[in-house]
Amino acid sequence: MDIIEFLSYAFVQKALIAGALIAVITAVLGVFLVLKRLSLIGDSLSHVALSGIALGLITNTNPVFMAIPVVMLSSLGIYKISKSAKVHSDGALGIIAAAGIALGLIIATLAGGFNVDLLSFLFGSILTVNLSEIILAAVLLLIIFILIYFFYNDLIAITFDENFAQTAGVNTERINIILVLISAAAVVIALKVVGIMLVSAMIIIPPSAALQLAKTFKRALLLASGFSVAGVIIGIYGAFVFNIPSGAMIISADILILVITVLLKNYALKKR
Amino acid sequence: MTIIEVENLSFTYGAEAALKNISFTVNAGDFTGILGPNGSGKTTLIKLLLGLLKTNCGNIKLFGKDLKDFKDWYKIGYLEQKSTPPKLMPLTAFDVARLGRLSTKKMPHIFNEQDNTLTSEIMRLTNCLEYKDKLFSELSGGQQQRVLLARALINKPQLLILDEPSTALDSSSKDNIFEMVSQINKETNTAVLVITHDIADIGKYVNKFIILDKKLIFSGNKEDFCRSQEITAYFGPYTPHLMDHLHSCRSCPFADGHCEEGCCKEEHCGHH
Ligand SMILES: Nc1ncnc2c1ncn2[C@@H]1O[C@H](COP(=O)(O)OP(=O)(O)OP(=O)(O)O)[C@@H](O)[C@H]1O
Ligand SMILES: [Mg+2]
Repeated sequence: MDIIEFLSYAFVQKALIAGALIAVITAVLGVFLVLKRLSLIGDSLSHVALSGIALGLITNTNPVFMAIPVVMLSSLGIYKISKSAKVHSDGALGIIAAAGIALGLIIATLAGGFNVDLLSFLFGSILTVNLSEIILAAVLLLIIFILIYFFYNDLIAITFDENFAQTAGVNTERINIILVLISAAAVVIALKVVGIMLVSAMIIIPPSAALQLAKTFKRALLLASGFSVAGVIIGIYGAFVFNIPSGAMIISADILILVITVLLKNYALKKR
Repeated sequence: MTIIEVENLSFTYGAEAALKNISFTVNAGDFTGILGPNGSGKTTLIKLLLGLLKTNCGNIKLFGKDLKDFKDWYKIGYLEQKSTPPKLMPLTAFDVARLGRLSTKKMPHIFNEQDNTLTSEIMRLTNCLEYKDKLFSELSGGQQQRVLLARALINKPQLLILDEPSTALDSSSKDNIFEMVSQINKETNTAVLVITHDIADIGKYVNKFIILDKKLIFSGNKEDFCRSQEITAYFGPYTPHLMDHLHSCRSCPFADGHCEEGCCKEEHCGHH
């Protein structure tokens, strides 16, 4: 099938719009999370989301809207744990992730076992995105843009060195919490696109690729968004043509982009 | 003018006491050396002063205000002992130094031409302008240290806190930097707090000492320091060696005929 015909389908257009919005959201957040070594938070949140999704399915509400408050609440707990020096945070994050999956499976089983809906969240099915989810993604992206406009240098300072940021008068606690809550919402929306298993890859891979090449922060944000959107477009097209889950195709495209950027960087280093 | 007032400050990490019942004051124009063995709580003290660690035991006032009400962070320049910015952080040396301007900003926190000019000026002063366009993460340890020093100095702070500023520096840069800090101290009456292990570095600049070993061993003027019983008791046979590095100490007690029994420099003293 050629691109023109592919683009003419309404559901493809919807998927591309949603995918692009979510790609930018995860890429921008991802740059901060990757640099702050918090990208594992995305992973545990996505697992916790399974419980929220299952809760939504069992109560017959929109699973995405059900999962968002659940994951946001857990994200505050996860943030506190990763901040506290008393526990090994990566271990604790792993435990929370496992608990989220376990609880989700219990709820799902009680609800009458696995159904197609639950599977679509596990592996992602961007072609089933609905309008309310697109609006949600657009609102989230708007919030992120506002945050970046007003707090751009605060965010950079926090990412660079939290102690410094604090002694420069930045309310690091508040900005961190806002960042974590937005990530929670982003993770849940992104489930629709790539599924629980792969959502953290969307937060990690395009930003990592961008950080190979970028020499300024602004360029890192732009490149990460560009890579992420490219991955989504290639992925959705591939998914449609080869009838493979969109998540798998998108992440494969992302990895390809990452490999290319690493090669480019090495080439540039050698030439220097 | 009193810059720092500390009263009965104590702090524990978990069960281990790091600081016990510390009290001292720092006035405008003071050049204070903080000394003490590894693990004696020097860095902990600084972090408490800046609100990076919190304790309910004791009182801290900065510029006459309770620490929790203190907002004028542009008055303070701080160089951390150990900062580990993210490896892939896409910031140039210039970007990093300019972040020091953040504490002077009202909403939105955006830098302007004046900030750029100030950044170039201060980087010229700390001898790091030549690599301003290099990525901060690709600089050597000593080069990074100078950029961070530029960041700490950029707002002409009234209080400058340097936690082991000289560890990464070669000996001539060391002298340059202490000479420069001393000049700032004299010209603008900036209060300077320097933590160091090498009294030889700062001996000729300081006029006050704080000696810590979990508790306050000594706090006061350099002249009193030379004669202090606590110091002689604490440093034992090492005392004369220590005093050798204190420029004015060599002359202070015996030149003006005030040398007392038990003075560390007794053997040089014509008075006896
Ligand atoms: N984050 C931490 N968690 C637990 N204990 C800590 C922590 N940081 C420091 N300590 C302990 O507190 C004590 C004081 O540490 P601090 O870093 O203040 O010492 P210091 O005087 O700055 O030493 P150095 O000269 O090596 O820099 C040490 O015994 C140290 O083990
Ligand atoms: Mg220290």
